[in-house]
Amino acid sequence: MKEKRPMVAIVAVASLALMYLPSAAVALFSVNNARYGLAWRGFTLQWYARLFGNRDIIEAAINSLVLAVVSTLVATILGTALAIGLRRAPWPAALLRVFDLLINLPVVVPDIIMAVALAMAFNVLRLLSSVFEMGLFTLIVGHVTFQISFVTLVVKSRLEALGQDTDEAAMDLYASRLFHFRHVTLPLILPGVLAGAMLAFTLSLDDFIISFFTHGPESVTLPIYIYASIKRGLSPEIHALSTLMLVLTTIPIIIAERLTRRF
Amino acid sequence: MGKKTKGKPGPRSGHVVWRGELTSSLALRLRAVGLAGPPLLWLTLLLAVPCLMLGALALATRGQYGEVVFSFTLENLKRLAGFGLYGWSPNFLYIILRSFWVATATTVLCVLLAYPLTFHVATRPGRTRVFWLILIIVPFWTNVVVRAYAWLLILGPQAPPARLAAALGLIRDGAALYPGPLAVYLGMVSTFLPFMALPLYASVERLNWEILEAAKDLYASRVQIFMQAILPQTRPGLSVGVIVTFVPSMAMFVVTDLLGGAKTMLIGNLIQQQFAQARDWPFGAALSLALMAMTLLCLALLRRRRRQRPGGHAEGVLSRLG
Repeated sequence: MKEKRPMVAIVAVASLALMYLPSAAVALFSVNNARYGLAWRGFTLQWYARLFGNRDIIEAAINSLVLAVVSTLVATILGTALAIGLRRAPWPAALLRVFDLLINLPVVVPDIIMAVALAMAFNVLRLLSSVFEMGLFTLIVGHVTFQISFVTLVVKSRLEALGQDTDEAAMDLYASRLFHFRHVTLPLILPGVLAGAMLAFTLSLDDFIISFFTHGPESVTLPIYIYASIKRGLSPEIHALSTLMLVLTTIPIIIAERLTRRF
Repeated sequence: MGKKTKGKPGPRSGHVVWRGELTSSLALRLRAVGLAGPPLLWLTLLLAVPCLMLGALALATRGQYGEVVFSFTLENLKRLAGFGLYGWSPNFLYIILRSFWVATATTVLCVLLAYPLTFHVATRPGRTRVFWLILIIVPFWTNVVVRAYAWLLILGPQAPPARLAAALGLIRDGAALYPGPLAVYLGMVSTFLPFMALPLYASVERLNWEILEAAKDLYASRVQIFMQAILPQTRPGLSVGVIVTFVPSMAMFVVTDLLGGAKTMLIGNLIQQQFAQARDWPFGAALSLALMAMTLLCLALLRRRRRQRPGGHAEGVLSRLG
């Protein structure tokens, strides 16, 4: 059956073209020395240089990065604690089912509904405290809310794979609670925690919809910046910015691929 | 609580052996609440309660200045069904039906492209296969706004596709190929193709090719080979792919917002409008509930055939983009 099938190959290549041609065009015109039109006027890196002179873009990039780092840290700690708390302590089965539902909520609920629900929650909460005025803080809280679930799900599956033999062995050998966590549990679940953190980080950088509904005028992220500038029209600077974002998402994927192949 | 655990009751009441550790059930309970409590509280306050609040908000109405008036009416549901100020009009129902239709068409197109794509990748030799796989993973993580932006460039007024269409007399000279259904479908399919292809590939990679050979030896037609030999083997990947494509494409708002016009509006756009422009939060909430109901209905229909729960994690990762 593994014979040559030209139609299959043609559709496969066409699919790739569908996914890559538009991005390739953007990359091409990001180094074209013309502000208007699509005629080729020679190679230039001036649009990239201008990116670094644009304070709005630099600010958006910093916002995106701070948002991703902080929310990932918080979500990783909370998500891991949740996974351990659910697995390593006795809960009644009925409660566990409710918790499971809660954890799977961000997976099932469409992004736009979560975004709307969060925006509404912040609108109520800001009556209690001005901290909840739309801004970087609400962005972080919003991102953590969907990230927790993904970290928990990854760590939980790791914990389930481990079973409880190592715990019992450690306890039989009179390990203290802290020693047990530090030297038994943590090293064993660390790959899961790191994988969950990586996932949370990428989800945060990639997110548009939740950010769009929970950001303030002073806290624009890169995807929101691009979205807003589309409404003003395309420009070579945005070509360059899009290309950079594409390249930046490619690097961790290739690194992850390398790592998983080596181990 | 202690009695329901695997631990045995200890020498004194209230003591249990839990995973090799002699401890009191109170200590265990405290530990459980201490670890899982804060994140559970976070999820409850910022996710579960707001989602329930959407339900309450749907029963309210918009005040004169865009404020929320809790009047407990079914006004919003009536409006959704088309009974507005000026008599019955099916506009909102059209948008809901269109969301179903666009999601269905996107899913079908993605399936049609994903089967050849994944078969091609699965039959590549060693290193080439990894390369092809990375080629599918990269667009999976491409930001949806960046992708839509790229389509705006390539479908723009001076780009070759628009010129070709103009030369053929399909569009006016100097016009762009957006906004319109063509741009929307190109955007949707290119966004969701990796979502379909990755889970499907997991099944195609494990395909037992001997069954296909056997079917061929027995003079099965191509359709029969697909229906009898390929489809049953790839159904797990296919159904995950269908879920993670169909559900977010029904809720899509970025692609239709940037590449489509009023005629390609989906329920996601309508929700966004109510919250951002019209400041009619109660109606937006009612629309969100409608979308949620549509989502649950589809999940129930799609999952009915599958006994085991789908891999929560993989599926979750995949459903983020919408």
